This record gives sequence, structure tokens and C-alpha cells, in this order.
Amino acid sequence: MRMHRRTVLALAVFTGLTAPSMALAADDTIKIGLLATFEGPFTVLGEDSERGAMTAVEEVGGKVAGKKIEIVKGSSDASPDSAVRAARKLVEQDGVKVLVGPLSGDEGLAVKDYAKTQPNVTFINGTSAAQDTTLRNPAENFFRFSTDGAQWMAGLGTYAFKDKGYKKVATVAEDYSFPYTQVFGFMAEFCKAGGHVPSKSWVPIGNKDFSSVIAAIPEGVDAIYVALGGADAVNFLTQYQQSGGTAPLIGGSITVDQTVLTSKGKLKDVLKGTPSAGPTADTNDAPAWKAFVEAYKKQPGAFPSPSLFAHGYYVDMKATLLGLDQVGGDVSDGGKKLRDALSKLSFDTPTGKVSLDKNRNAIADIFLTEVTEGADGNLLNKLVKVVPQVNQTLGIPEDEFMKLGAVNRDNPSCP
Amino acid sequence: MSLAIATPNAAAQRNWLEKLGAGHIILAVALVLYPLVASDFFLTQIGGYSLIFGMLGLSLMLLAGYGGMVSLAQITVAGIAAYAIAILGNNNSNILGFGWPWWLAVPFALLAAALASALIGWISVRTEGIYTIMITLAIATATYYFAQQNYAIFNGHSGYAGIRAPAFWSVNWRDPRPFYYLCLGLAVLSYAAVLYGSRSTFGMTLQAIRDNPRRMRALGYHVTAHKVFAWLLAGVIAGLAGVLLVWFNGRVSPGTIGVDAAIDVLIIAVIGGLRHPIGPFLGAVVVILMQTFAIDIVGAERFNTLIGMVFLVIVFVSPDGILGLWGRIKPHLAQESLRPGP
Repeated sequence: MRMHRRTVLALAVFTGLTAPSMALAADDTIKIGLLATFEGPFTVLGEDSERGAMTAVEEVGGKVAGKKIEIVKGSSDASPDSAVRAARKLVEQDGVKVLVGPLSGDEGLAVKDYAKTQPNVTFINGTSAAQDTTLRNPAENFFRFSTDGAQWMAGLGTYAFKDKGYKKVATVAEDYSFPYTQVFGFMAEFCKAGGHVPSKSWVPIGNKDFSSVIAAIPEGVDAIYVALGGADAVNFLTQYQQSGGTAPLIGGSITVDQTVLTSKGKLKDVLKGTPSAGPTADTNDAPAWKAFVEAYKKQPGAFPSPSLFAHGYYVDMKATLLGLDQVGGDVSDGGKKLRDALSKLSFDTPTGKVSLDKNRNAIADIFLTEVTEGADGNLLNKLVKVVPQVNQTLGIPEDEFMKLGAVNRDNPSCP
Repeated sequence: MSLAIATPNAAAQRNWLEKLGAGHIILAVALVLYPLVASDFFLTQIGGYSLIFGMLGLSLMLLAGYGGMVSLAQITVAGIAAYAIAILGNNNSNILGFGWPWWLAVPFALLAAALASALIGWISVRTEGIYTIMITLAIATATYYFAQQNYAIFNGHSGYAGIRAPAFWSVNWRDPRPFYYLCLGLAVLSYAAVLYGSRSTFGMTLQAIRDNPRRMRALGYHVTAHKVFAWLLAGVIAGLAGVLLVWFNGRVSPGTIGVDAAIDVLIIAVIGGLRHPIGPFLGAVVVILMQTFAIDIVGAERFNTLIGMVFLVIVFVSPDGILGLWGRIKPHLAQESLRPGP
């Protein structure tokens, strides 16, 4: 009898394990995977990206081509392993044929590699912005409507050199592929204009103590270029101020993003006047942007103005929905029609026209900004200038651009 | 005299099936037949992954359960094997990658893992209890940052990508079913080795050292040597898990061997139970299932809270994990079966 019960229990355990939620999607719904960082140092960024994606879904009333949209979420902690694991779960277990995400640089590179093993699934980037996700060795089924980190820097290097008069700038950035790309974009222009970068500090993600980094910044630099995200940016800026640092700052796109500007503390005085560039500007007057901000603010827990993560996920989700609409929500051919539609897609976003190049990377407007205090005391990115239709090679002919070499910690260099 | 002869005879007559035990046979049959009912996802992401983390938990169980040494560095040892495979074999990150065939790279990876484990053991055996935990945690953290910031050998935060499980004997071991059986085979091998080892002279000595090191030293045993040898054996098992892990992920980066992962291994061992080598495997199944599906139950914002609460409940109800839970339920079941039927 005891034996019998044990057998029954073992069987029960195994049927429990092997009877997964295999409920197949009904014909009148479309499953879209949403992959973002809901764990780890970029959690705040991931939550705002979800708001952006949901803004796009709500804009179409939760329906595309007459079918109901079902969003299946996957979470990573910003490490490439976890991103691939979450993507696998969404694709292989939940059976999504369209996946939007991931959020950060190395994740994008890893998901692109994974995309190559799943040719029947269409991958649309979230906000991950490493250059080589699309530039070198791209995947046929990976699309990026949200531009890369070097594109985001368009105009900033020249502005810092000519308008601000900075000749020598030290950089402090996180040590992975996205900040490499940002520093590359900044330095490409800054060095060309005649500027010098005597020191580059690379700090690990999730660093808490920046004292050694601050001590290593050389005396006599005109400004510090900072490309840190989320909690890292807040920690560095606070500690820099506490250590009595006075050099003006130049901001990477996510350093002066709403995810950092809304943090509590004495950062206001440090950040005011910081020039930066990115895919969005808070004080953009365009009616399309204003309408987007209003729609975004209806999301629970929204920032005063959408962060670039909300914007990026919005643009990519919107492109996904437009593509699905064009093919009538039909991905039964392994998504071939959808990918054709996406490749040819050109549409107006809250931040101007977006189209794709041959590597399926976006060509879009970039905004040069400066941090100011808004009427209600919130910090905002004031629009200084729009750089229209920046492509992935920053306007440089492709073969010449490829000669600059792959982005890494040492490239480019102008000490 | 006749009695002394009769006893070994009776033991020899014991059928090997009986020796194996009904539980083991049912479990083995179920695991072998599992691919018939499981989808590819459940085969690799749940089955294979649980077996890999179960092996990691097993190597910790060997140290903690039999040797009384709680280590947080098992994932580090696995990571050393994984990085060795990436560096000695092929990768597509354009750094190192000597292109050795698997049958050369794997033994080297295991050797590196075992030696590293023995070294960690040698450093930490002089300490006890919480101090061992602290030292191994320090080693795990240091290795994580070393990998993260060393570009020449570890390729920094990005790590190595494009690593593939080999194809040999005309089987592509990367496919879900062969990979599951590969994991199962190695897990069963490790499990059997630990079970056998625990009853061997060395295993008994190790458990005696755990219970009273001073007495064992007085009896003339070399306590440190025994403990370091246990670390070496645990290193082989963790190294095997590391090789499977890098083949499974196709990549390895500092995120693979971070403190989070180190704590996952500890949770797996504690949730499962440290009294028997099956414990870590039970723990691994529960933890992997939770980590994979909690997000579907409560959504993206709160799923880590749910995971934490389930673990708390398990440890609260049964301080020695799922194994202890079973030990508590069993008498009730037996009693129930004694009751007269309706």
C-alpha cells in the first residue's frame, strides 16, 4: 500500500511537471512577447519601458487587424544570459511569434544571436542600443526602430566643442557595449572638431563606490562626459558633488533621462545646464510629442515626461503593430510577410519620421538638449536643436565608417 | 562460524534490483520516459536546466551535508569550467578560442575546475561555519569582478558567445532530446557517485570529521587533507555542471557566475534538503519552475516577492527542506493506510 501511494505521488508530480500551460492561442488573439528588465540595477528603466509599450497597445485599443493583443512579459536582469533565457521562454514555451525587446546593450547582442536560431520568429528591439546589434553580422529577423547609442549622440560632440568651448573632456561610463557605443558617438564628433579625451574610466554596472574613479579624473579637464544609467548615474553624481568636484558635465542619453532626473536628492544643482543628446527632448513643442506625453501619463506610475525607454519601446511596439496591421495579423507563414512589411515600413513617431536601412536599423531625428528646471520644479531636457534623419553611420559613407573599426573600450581614441 | 559465512551469502543473493530500491527505479523510469511527454522547452529549459543546477546543488550538498562546509563558490567553480570550454574550444567573440576538440577541452576544463575547487577548499578549510561562508562568498565575488573587468582573458561584461555543444557519435548533442539525456546521464552518474562515496571509507571518515574533527585528529587522521579532497571531488561535479551550463546557454559571461547565481545554488540546496543527495535535485526543480513561471502568475512587478515567499514557506514549514517535508508526511501516509477501509 505504501508502495502504491508512492507510485501515485511520483506520477502526480510528473504529470504536474509535464502538463505545461499548453493552452494554444485562440485564433482571435495575437500574442506579442515583451522582454524588459524587471530585475537588477535597471528595474526602473524596465518599468518605464513597459509603460511605453503599453501606451502603443492602448493607442490601438488593444486590438490589431481585428484581433485582440495579448502581451506576454519576460524579465531579465540586464545580463545577456538572463535575456536569452527569458526570450527562450517567451518563444519556446509561450509560443510568441513576435517579440519586442530587450532593453540594454549586451542583451541586444545576445538576443540577436538567439534570433538567428529562430528564423520563424520576428524580433523587434526594445531600447538596446549597441552598434553591432545591427551593424556587423546582423540577424535577418531582428529589427531596430529605436536607433543606436552612437546615433543618439549626433550633434553633441560638436556642440560641446564649439558652443560650450570644452577642449579637454574626461569620460566616465559603464563597462559594456552600450556605453562604448555612446562614447564612440560623442568622440567621433568631438575628436573630429579638435577636442581631446585624456582619460576614459570604465566602471562595472551596479558599482556603488566611485571614489577611485573620481580620484582618477585628471586635473584641468574642461568637462566630464558621463554615460551611466539608473542607480549608477545617481550614485556617481552624488559622490562627485560630495567630493567637491566642480567640472561641468556632459550627459550620455540615459544619464540625464527622466529615470535619473526624477530621483530625489541634491542632484539638481549638479545637473542643471548639462548638455546631452538622445532620441527625445522633454520640451519638444511638436503636437505629436505632446499627444504622446499625455497618452503616456495615463500609465500607472508614469514620470512627468516619458523616459527614452518609454519612447523606444513605444516606437518599436508601434512599428510592430503597424506591421501586423499591414499583414492582417497573419504570421502563419513564419512571419515572412510581416518581416517584408516591417523592412519597408516608414512612419511618423512622436519624434519625427522613422525608416529602416538595409541592416534593419532605424534612421530618425535626434535631439540636442540641455537640462533645465521646469515651471513645477522638475528637471527637464530643454530642446536645443534637432539633428534630422541621422543614419547608423552618422552621415559618413559606409565603407569609411566601417574603417573606424568596431566599437570597444579603446576605440576611438584622441588623448 | 557458519553464521559469518551465511551473512555475506545472503547479501550476495539480494537481487541488484532490491539493492537499488523501488524509489530509484520508479524515478529512473520516469526520468528516462520524460521526453515522451515533455515539450522541447520543458525538456531543456526546465529538465536540463534543473539537472544542471541540481548537480551544482549536489556538489554543495557533498561539502555541506557530509563535510559540514557550506560553500558559496560552487558556481565559481562551474564558471571556471565554462570559461575554460569557451577559451579552449571555439567561440565567436574574436578573443582567444584555441579551437580544441571537445574530448580535449572537457578534461582540461574539469581538471581546472577540480584544481580551483581544491584551492578554494585549501584556503577555506581552516575556518568553520559562517567564516567558511564568508570566505567562499568573497572568492565568488572577487572572481565575478575579475571576470567582469579582465578583458584579455574573460572578455569583460560581454563574456563569450557562440559556444556550441559538440556533435559526436553522429548525435548533435545540442538538440533538446540528446541534451536532456546528456544532462540526465551525467546527473545520475554524479548522484550515484556521491551516494556510493558517502558509504565508502572516505565518506564515513568525512562525516566523522564533520561531527568531531578534534577526535578524528587525535585518532591520527589528516583532517585538512580529507576536507581538501572532498573539495576536489565537489569540484569535479561542479565542473561537469559548468560544462553543461556553457553548452546549454551557448555563452558565458560574468552574469553567469554572479553572486545572484551563487545564492541560487545555496537556495536550491537548502530548499531541497541537505540530508540526501536527491535533495538538491528536488530543490532545483522547484526553484527553476518558480523562476520561470512566477512572472505568469503575478505579473512583472511582484514575481520576485512571490518566489521569496514560497521559499520562506518551505523553510518555515520544514527547516530541512523538501526532503524533511517528505520525512514528515510519510508517517501520516503510512498511518492512513493502516486504517480500515470504508
